[in-house]
Amino acid sequence: MGETFYIFQDGQLKRKDNNIVMSTLSGQKKNLKSEVTDEIYIFGEIETNSKLLNFLSQQKTTMHIFNYYGFYSGSFYPRESNVSGHLLVNQVKKYDNTEERVRIAKEMLKSAAHNIYRNLRYYNGRGTDVESAMKDIQRLIKRLDYCASIHELMGTEGNIRKIYYSTWNAIVKQDIRFEKRKKRPPDNLINSLLSFVNSLIYTTVLSEIYKTQLNPTISYLHEPGTKRFSLSLDIAEIFKPLIGERMIFSLLNKNQITEQDFEKESNYLYLKEAGKKKILIEYDQRLKRTLFHKGLGREVSYRYLIRLECYKLIKDIIDEKQYDGFKIWW
Amino acid sequence: MVYYYFVCQRKLWFFSRHYTMEDNSELVSMGKLIDETSYKREKKNILIDEEINIDFLKDWKVIHEVKKSRKVNEASKWQLKYYIWLLRNKGVEIEKGVLDYPLLRKREDVFVSEKDGKDLNEILDKIDEIRSLKIPPVISTKGICKKCAYYELCYI
Repeated sequence: MGETFYIFQDGQLKRKDNNIVMSTLSGQKKNLKSEVTDEIYIFGEIETNSKLLNFLSQQKTTMHIFNYYGFYSGSFYPRESNVSGHLLVNQVKKYDNTEERVRIAKEMLKSAAHNIYRNLRYYNGRGTDVESAMKDIQRLIKRLDYCASIHELMGTEGNIRKIYYSTWNAIVKQDIRFEKRKKRPPDNLINSLLSFVNSLIYTTVLSEIYKTQLNPTISYLHEPGTKRFSLSLDIAEIFKPLIGERMIFSLLNKNQITEQDFEKESNYLYLKEAGKKKILIEYDQRLKRTLFHKGLGREVSYRYLIRLECYKLIKDIIDEKQYDGFKIWW
Repeated sequence: MVYYYFVCQRKLWFFSRHYTMEDNSELVSMGKLIDETSYKREKKNILIDEEINIDFLKDWKVIHEVKKSRKVNEASKWQLKYYIWLLRNKGVEIEKGVLDYPLLRKREDVFVSEKDGKDLNEILDKIDEIRSLKIPPVISTKGICKKCAYYELCYI
């Protein structure tokens, strides 16, 4: 499994022989070990050239770019090298078959909701009373079963998230008033964190999809190919509670991230560089965290769980085995 | 394909439909490295008919196939037999094949008998059958699965 590089400094990123070299404005140089690099995240201002992009494509390295405010701008997604016409045709067919599409989308949301429920159960067992929210969510999970359309599913999911967010003031020990999720733009610290962390998960999922034959634009829960690689959004939904939200709770409750990490004048919209770095270090560590997978009989990392989700989808798409979404089992 | 037929028919099915997993495998990268670093003086990787990729050839008489270990020796032999047979059918007078194990410092000669030719015809028919299956053949649990690049795809 390859490595991920996060670049904060300004400077140049160029190909030098068969390697990628980052040179900063102050003249420092660093070799990114290109053979083992899977992903590069750019947070600083980088000058580069097509020679590097060609090289990244050759090495199958994805590069994700974030703007000055830390918002995700886009990815350099190299030419697809794992292409299976067979899978593509069937991926589209599944989407086109309403019954099948709803079944897959439902399984995704049930997994996501289950993982949300497990987060609440964890905090409930540690002295934060979120019992009534847990009951409400359980009820909505059952209702997911009766949803017959994507529209209904999305509506129910919205309600689950609303209840979930309503517990955050109790879960988070810092004094932050968090009313509801707001995206464009985020209006407080938690919303900003959520936006940043969700974009990280989105890019990680995208990188994992890239390593499979799946086409990232054809999705089941979200409408395909609108603005983003929507399959990435689908799969991210399942992993947000485990990878993203648990991390946010932990960062805030251990006071690793506080108001100090944001520019106050920006109304807590802008994360300072030090804050972003702290989050990324923690995020990277979480992706590398491993656990024993009973079904496979081997250790897998959180990141690899995402890839396994892609494999499960592939097996459903080729009609070998019905998709059974990832649900936290420990 | 002949190789996969003997190693794993599921893998054959996936591979024939371009579900390639080799990129993710360290063992495969290792194989590539062995390929790149051994027998540098020879004419290497000759692609014929977009169908077979010969590791290297000597005077169009001897075909060499480079392998890391002898674990799937039977499959390697048949792979080589197929290459020899295919080229002979195209009128190239191949004398024999050689399996090279640079890491073991060993080699093994491979010849094609008349019976092998008949067997190969049958094998190719069976390969076509497997390729045309709607879903991949079921897993037949083997020790080699654990090291296969397709392990997670099969067992998840």
